[in-house]
Amino acid sequence: MATTQTYVGSTVLRKEDPELLTGQASYVDNQTMPGMLWMALVRPPYVHARITSIDTSAATAMPGVVGVYTAEDLDLGALPFVWPITEDIKVPVHYPLAKDKIRFHGDAVAVVVAETRGQARDAAEAVHAEVEELAAVTDPEAAMAEGAPILHEELGTNVTVHWSHGGGGDQSVFESAPVIVEERYSQPRLIPNAIEARGCLAYGVPAMGEYTLISSTQIPHIVRATLGGAVGIAESKLRIVAPDVGGGFGSKLNVYAEEALALATAKATGRPVKWIEDRHENYVATIHGRGVIHDCTLAGTEDGQILGLKFVEIADMGAYYQLLTPGIPELGGWVYMGPYDPKAYWYEFTGVVTNATPTDAYRGAGRPEATYVLERLVDAYARRIGMDPAEVRRKNLVPKFTEARPAISGLNVDSGDYHATFDRALEMVGYEDLRREQAERRDRGDVKQLGIGLCTYIEMCGLAPSNILGALRYAAGGWDACTVQVTWTGKVVLKIGTSPHGQGHVTTWAQIAADALGVPIEDVEVLHGDTAVAPLGMDTYGSRSVSVGATALYLALEKIKEKARTLAAHELEAAEDDLEFANGAYTVKGAPDRARTITDLAATSWQAHSIPEGFEPNLEATAVFDPPNFTWPGGAHICVSEVDTETGAVEILRYVAVDDCGTVINPMIVEGQLHGGIAQGIAEALFEEAIYDEHGNLITSSMSQYLVPAATEIPTMELDRTETPSTTNPLGVKGIGEAGTIAAPPAVVNSVVDALAHLGVTDVGKPATPERVWGAIQRAKGGAA
Amino acid sequence: MIPAPFEYERVEFVDHALQLLTADPEAKVLAGGHSLLPLMRLRLARPSMLVDITRIADLSYVREDGDRIAIGALTRHHDLANSELLQQECPIVAYAASGIGDPQVRHVGTIGGSCAHADPASDLPTVLVALGGELVTRGPEGASRTVPADAFFRGLFEPDLAHDEILTEIRVPKTGSRGWSYLKFHRRQMDWALVGVAALAPGRHGASVALTNMADRPIRATGVEEALAAGGDPGTAAERAPEGTSPPSDAFASAGYRQELVKVLARRALEEAMSR
Repeated sequence: MATTQTYVGSTVLRKEDPELLTGQASYVDNQTMPGMLWMALVRPPYVHARITSIDTSAATAMPGVVGVYTAEDLDLGALPFVWPITEDIKVPVHYPLAKDKIRFHGDAVAVVVAETRGQARDAAEAVHAEVEELAAVTDPEAAMAEGAPILHEELGTNVTVHWSHGGGGDQSVFESAPVIVEERYSQPRLIPNAIEARGCLAYGVPAMGEYTLISSTQIPHIVRATLGGAVGIAESKLRIVAPDVGGGFGSKLNVYAEEALALATAKATGRPVKWIEDRHENYVATIHGRGVIHDCTLAGTEDGQILGLKFVEIADMGAYYQLLTPGIPELGGWVYMGPYDPKAYWYEFTGVVTNATPTDAYRGAGRPEATYVLERLVDAYARRIGMDPAEVRRKNLVPKFTEARPAISGLNVDSGDYHATFDRALEMVGYEDLRREQAERRDRGDVKQLGIGLCTYIEMCGLAPSNILGALRYAAGGWDACTVQVTWTGKVVLKIGTSPHGQGHVTTWAQIAADALGVPIEDVEVLHGDTAVAPLGMDTYGSRSVSVGATALYLALEKIKEKARTLAAHELEAAEDDLEFANGAYTVKGAPDRARTITDLAATSWQAHSIPEGFEPNLEATAVFDPPNFTWPGGAHICVSEVDTETGAVEILRYVAVDDCGTVINPMIVEGQLHGGIAQGIAEALFEEAIYDEHGNLITSSMSQYLVPAATEIPTMELDRTETPSTTNPLGVKGIGEAGTIAAPPAVVNSVVDALAHLGVTDVGKPATPERVWGAIQRAKGGAA
Repeated sequence: MIPAPFEYERVEFVDHALQLLTADPEAKVLAGGHSLLPLMRLRLARPSMLVDITRIADLSYVREDGDRIAIGALTRHHDLANSELLQQECPIVAYAASGIGDPQVRHVGTIGGSCAHADPASDLPTVLVALGGELVTRGPEGASRTVPADAFFRGLFEPDLAHDEILTEIRVPKTGSRGWSYLKFHRRQMDWALVGVAALAPGRHGASVALTNMADRPIRATGVEEALAAGGDPGTAAERAPEGTSPPSDAFASAGYRQELVKVLARRALEEAMSR
């Protein structure tokens, strides 16, 4: 069907920006209600302790205090956990308020509601918990050891889950291959740091038992589907609103204790209750990411052919499972082959509970962890056989394919052209010249050595085919939904089930709708993030909002056009087959002056004065899309860095990225997503790490210790792309929200190791801090480090 | 991050501030607030009252004072960095100020606040120690003291400043054509120095080298200074930089690493100072 495309593929300025840039956006904390109370949580300063008693009497008597509640007072159900990945998984029970034990710093034992935020905080401080302190363990390997403190006595062990992919191909290569490379890589915990921390506002009509929760969340629909049980509110009586949300990165892909507690205290007091997370709470009570250790094996030939890839992982679950916790490493378990084609594959992981914040989905969720160790391992292999790492990759990248192709991990990759992205990246960076400069610097023994770090990657996103989620024991489906309505004045309203928090989806979706219906983009209005407005949806995570969400939109638009065709045929007194659609109008073939625009048809379908028999008034249609496959973006990133061999300082000189996310709807938004993702990846490679002391206290408990880089630390990025359409959806789109974070950490760390390889350095740790880099140099020199 | 309750008074005159401080031993001066307010938000500091001195008009200046330059205690880092007088007559101060924190910090943070907080990771105290600067305080009933920089910084967060005193002025010598350098090593541009080195090329009284974050206060690297006086080159002299230091071990760096780093920075700072 020929329509003139004017928006898709071009840089359209973001529709959502005027309110964001002028301070008129509506975040949770901008909202207030008559009679509203403030909630504060009592989080005692213990990491692991048995609760003897809780004294709330002093707090109750403090000014402005309306209520102080312990677990016993509220009697709430357990928080939802929806991904029991194995039959025999041990699931720690996780209540919104700790009952018997405190198991990590974020565990609250009571909650205060008061007239002002300050009064609530003051009173929370006055709640006294009598406890018996217990030994704590935050290192997952220590938690696995004999005699380690047990977090959940009823489980009898800290080792709560073991999942094996089961392997693919002939496992004997891990014994018999001419070259066996074995490495161990650690990836510390990361703290997500959305610029808007969490927060929520609960209110209701107590007489009707109806409640609304406005929450800074990525997943209003999943919150609605899963939270009712804990707080005793039927799903049909619960409305969840995600207003403007200031970033999530996976940290708001969760259902949290505070959401349950705000609803419970709103119920208990009959008044609206607001809670706004402070940054310290954000560091201890919002999920962390990563926290994994991998033992890696690569089997290969002397001439650079990768024969087998094997990864055995230990994953730190934290003190409880949040919504998805053990599912995160499992999700990575399908992409450890990367863009290569090994003949043998193995992946398994062991999940361990520790006295630390629960881990869960953080930007990339499982796939960055996999890509980091794979790409580090490929570089280690190249060094071992004395081959240029670019040559090793060229030898092993899967050739271009445009139809879905089975990967050794067992899933079908939709399409890919990895050589094209890699060749382009090498050309952009001037690879041969850089290698020459590197050799010159090495010959001169320069203080500042040059490193070139490569990463070729794929990712699996567009979550997800419901049948595969079911096979993986995930509790929900992976479809999404959209309702399109053309109003009688010709305006287009989209009600869509995914809900952005900074990504620019409103613009992206509007581009698709405006092109499909031939209307100006200004006439497209997008409604999302409210279960009362767009009741069907599975929300935003896993780079799914375009590949799944916008495909539902596309299908709904097709339905609208079909419906409009029927009405146009009726009004033009022509057969439907004789109509053609272009520029937003149906015309009779061969008689272009006989036309009806979508706007005309919206008006007549609304008036319904003269419609065909059986035609339902209004141009409105809903579509639900369940993807037949994931989408599989890929690409190549190259980091050029300079390492000061006297101090260990690393400076990134250049960063080149060539990505393929399928069809691009808005190049500016794609580049923006890459800028953010790469910045986050650089942060992971050089700066960010959650550090606990030997007692289990989080040392990096504020932004002055946890080093989120600023613009001054992030280099200019040189971006290009190829477009290999996905075969998973009719738009050909794949997703770009996670690519930068997946590809950047290995590219950067590989560059640091590469700069020092001639000194004998093989690893620098992650993040590659100056002290770690300096220490690696000293060890390579044989000096004391 | 809600502080415990406190009173707040904004004053326009030093004497009014001193009155309030004398009357309330738990009161604290608010100059820029970059160190105090985070502690209050974490409830690690709980002053009963904040005496906001930021609007005292006559404490923000940079002016000539014979062979010295006098700097009002409320002068913002941004104004130090952009002072033509400092850039010409004592450029190390302007330069060090230009690298503190980020632009927002430099527009609010003050030299007096930085000195009175006496954090050994601060840049300006080290520069003052290297320069042999002086700090002027005012106390009740017009009492005033002038304290040499190396005596003023007594220990961790421990300035030579009584509860009922306010720091009013900082004085530094004109360094004229003397070469200088301030190098700091940090993870992010905005961060405190892991290690910093202030160096002034050999002048009438020899070279001067002072260290940031290598002890509980800014200290002179006397070993380095002696080695230079004895004719050592920067590389040899810098090997003595760790002498007498007791740097912290924290999430950013171990003490041992800092002691290695300080050698490299001292050598580079001396080379830069002596080539300027």
